[in-house]
Amino acid sequence: MNNINFLKPDKSNLNLFLILGLSLVFISIFDVFLSSFFKINATGFLPTSVSFLLPLIIGFIGLHFIRIEYSGIRRLDEINKNFNNNNFNAVLSLLIIFIIIKSIPPVLSWTVIDANISGNSKEACTGEGACWTYIKVWLRRFIYGLYPNEEQWRINLSFISLLALGSVGYFATEKFKKYLTLYYVVIYPIIAFLFIFFFISGGPVFFDFSYGIIASVVAIIIGFFVPNKFKLYYFCFVPLAVYLSLNLFILPEEYVELGKLEGLNWVETGAWGGLALTFIVSFFCLIFCFPVGMALALGRRSELPFIKYASVVFIEFWRGVPLITVLFMSSVMFPMFLPEDFFLDKLVRVIIAISLFEAAYVAEVIRGGLQALPRGQYDAAKSLGMGYWKMHIFVILPQALKLVIPGIANTFLALVKDTPLILVVGLLEIAGMLQMAKTNPKWLGYSMEGYVFAAVVFWIICYAMSKYSYNLEEKYKTER
Amino acid sequence: MKFNIKKIAPQLLTLLFVILVFGFFSYNAQLNMENRGIDFGYGFLSQESSFDVQFSLIEYDGSHSYFRAYLVGLLNTILVSVIGIILATIIGVIVGIARLSSNYLIKNTAAFYVEFFRNIPLLLQIFFWYFAALRALPLPQDTESIMGVFYLTIKGLFIPAFIWENFNIFLYSLIAAAVSIVVIKNYARRKQENEGKQIPVFLISIGLLLILPLLSFLIGGVSLSFEIPVLKKLAKTSYIYEGGVGIPPELIALTLALSLYTATFIAECVRAGIQGVGKGQKEAAASIGLNPNQILKLVVMPQALRIIIPPTTNQYLNLTKNSSLAAAIAYPDLVLVFAGTALMQTGKAIEIVSITMLTYLSLSLSISVLMNWYNKKIAIKEK
Repeated sequence: MNNINFLKPDKSNLNLFLILGLSLVFISIFDVFLSSFFKINATGFLPTSVSFLLPLIIGFIGLHFIRIEYSGIRRLDEINKNFNNNNFNAVLSLLIIFIIIKSIPPVLSWTVIDANISGNSKEACTGEGACWTYIKVWLRRFIYGLYPNEEQWRINLSFISLLALGSVGYFATEKFKKYLTLYYVVIYPIIAFLFIFFFISGGPVFFDFSYGIIASVVAIIIGFFVPNKFKLYYFCFVPLAVYLSLNLFILPEEYVELGKLEGLNWVETGAWGGLALTFIVSFFCLIFCFPVGMALALGRRSELPFIKYASVVFIEFWRGVPLITVLFMSSVMFPMFLPEDFFLDKLVRVIIAISLFEAAYVAEVIRGGLQALPRGQYDAAKSLGMGYWKMHIFVILPQALKLVIPGIANTFLALVKDTPLILVVGLLEIAGMLQMAKTNPKWLGYSMEGYVFAAVVFWIICYAMSKYSYNLEEKYKTER
Repeated sequence: MKFNIKKIAPQLLTLLFVILVFGFFSYNAQLNMENRGIDFGYGFLSQESSFDVQFSLIEYDGSHSYFRAYLVGLLNTILVSVIGIILATIIGVIVGIARLSSNYLIKNTAAFYVEFFRNIPLLLQIFFWYFAALRALPLPQDTESIMGVFYLTIKGLFIPAFIWENFNIFLYSLIAAAVSIVVIKNYARRKQENEGKQIPVFLISIGLLLILPLLSFLIGGVSLSFEIPVLKKLAKTSYIYEGGVGIPPELIALTLALSLYTATFIAECVRAGIQGVGKGQKEAAASIGLNPNQILKLVVMPQALRIIIPPTTNQYLNLTKNSSLAAAIAYPDLVLVFAGTALMQTGKAIEIVSITMLTYLSLSLSISVLMNWYNKKIAIKEK
């Protein structure tokens, strides 16, 4: 039998140290477990500070005993490597284990055991724990805002059909794949807008300036088929033509009325809210900010000085101010800049403001991708005789966008997380509805449940988005 | 010079567009203001503001001017940003390093923290801390003190106030310590470069930092006393602490939320920076006989900092801009005091929103200039 040195455990007395150490660790964890789950203080006879620290000390000694290098037992070596490779790590591991054990009972009892979900009024909540009845009663408000209850199928229908239309890309055959970009960039947003305007708000399909929008879309599409030589001149005249068509072809009032459905009542945007509004705002901002951001990024890289500096000023301005002041501007200052008889809905103003704000961030991300491309790509495209637009659309942008997928996903994530801010201008999406429900005299004192609910909802959305972007990044990764 | 229509035409179009938009907006603004009888101008800044602010770093009440109200808001914004930046950096660096730990539990706890706080909107976090967590604190009369001097109540955190005598002498001693540390550092570097001898700079610096202020207490006539907050009865059931410094719950909630949220992003920057230093660098450093501490200090950190600083600057900027969310919980920052209350009272939307935006713009620009200067200082100097 060798001498046993308790300060330096080694392999020669492996079993002794193993039994001693494991039992000490077990005792320490068991003590914390008892005091946490059964409120039994096994070491209550000791002074408070000693009994408080005792599990830590016992566990630390135990972990010290089992820290034997090359013990020959695979499990033990793994434990030592991952939890217990020095004194500092041992203490931290023990602390984390204790904190987890300590925090399980209160969390569990608050969320599940002592919580209430039955009933429809505050009286049902008698326990110490959370009052999920509150969430249950207010769920419709949290999801649809102040939208009338009997009309909510309109929101559901629109979202489901938009989701179905949005997933077309997955089922498209090879033949149609090349039109997908056109579909997603031009056609889908228009369909989405019509759905929102026609179904959710109950407006007419044709409104008095819809000719102008159709005309400008058609003009841009035609523009791509115009021979290169005349393209520049063509695009010089497009804004003029659109302006004329906006002014001349105003749809008469009778025809506008025709486009309305009998059963659909007009629901003002002030009544929209909850999670549905979060989706609407982030969806439209996402659609609008991407093309604007792309144009700004190209503008900043342009060789034409005026375009370059205009883009730089625009980008740096939006990046330098907080979103909340932008929202204030859109709600307080912007109406002053419009003609008196021209009314722009608050929601539309907010969407424009957020889109411009996020476009500046998207522009910087895309610029990073453009800068990362080697010069050879530009030279090669030019030597094939491609012009500026052809070079960018077919060679540069597809590669640059692939490079910046994580950055763009992060920007979109930031956008979704920024949408609750619209509550400062009086649009009540989910955080705003929480603030409203909190001050309802019938349901005072349940703010915690509301925040936990909203946090869980947002966490799921954002986490799913970040994981999806990670997948996208893996999918489009090309060897360079 | 060759006249190239392909270069001129797009620029002219853009110029035309910009001029049209600006002209359209300013024409409408002029018309609207004439119709409503508002005149444009910044003269209102010197008028009496006649509103009160809950929490201010400088003396302020309703009799002061709007400009003073603007200063109060600006200082509050800067206060919350500075505290937030310091806290976020500390938490972020610790979590970032913890994410690279060899300990499985520490690594995953840090990862859990990052994923959890990063994916919840900041506004919700601020609401949570302010309306749910801090509202659960006890009333002033039921509060038990922390270590006898701190009181954490529903009305805020009350801490002892420092009462200095001859504070400037203490300040001078600190400055003297800082200057001598810089001198010693330079001397030590020169000595190491010339003779290869090392001086324990760190220990000497700590000693200087302790001894010089201590001397100022002993010789310079500096004295420090504390004013401990005392419970005071306002009305039958209403109590408040008097004396000491009261930190309002809005400030606590805001700094907590801002620093916990921003720390997750800083942690990711730190992790990326440390991972970005090649393994070969560490091995090479070890092979020339540096010990682990020296490797971290002399080889890894200088290289990692170059990767860490640019994205971290962005996070600092974000934190400063996000501090404007204070308006949602009525912390009197620039947005609430100036773009909120002052705007409601004067109705000068264009002037006030433009001043607020310009202020934030210059705050952002000054932070980025400062960090660019630092970044340039530590960048690789190629010869």
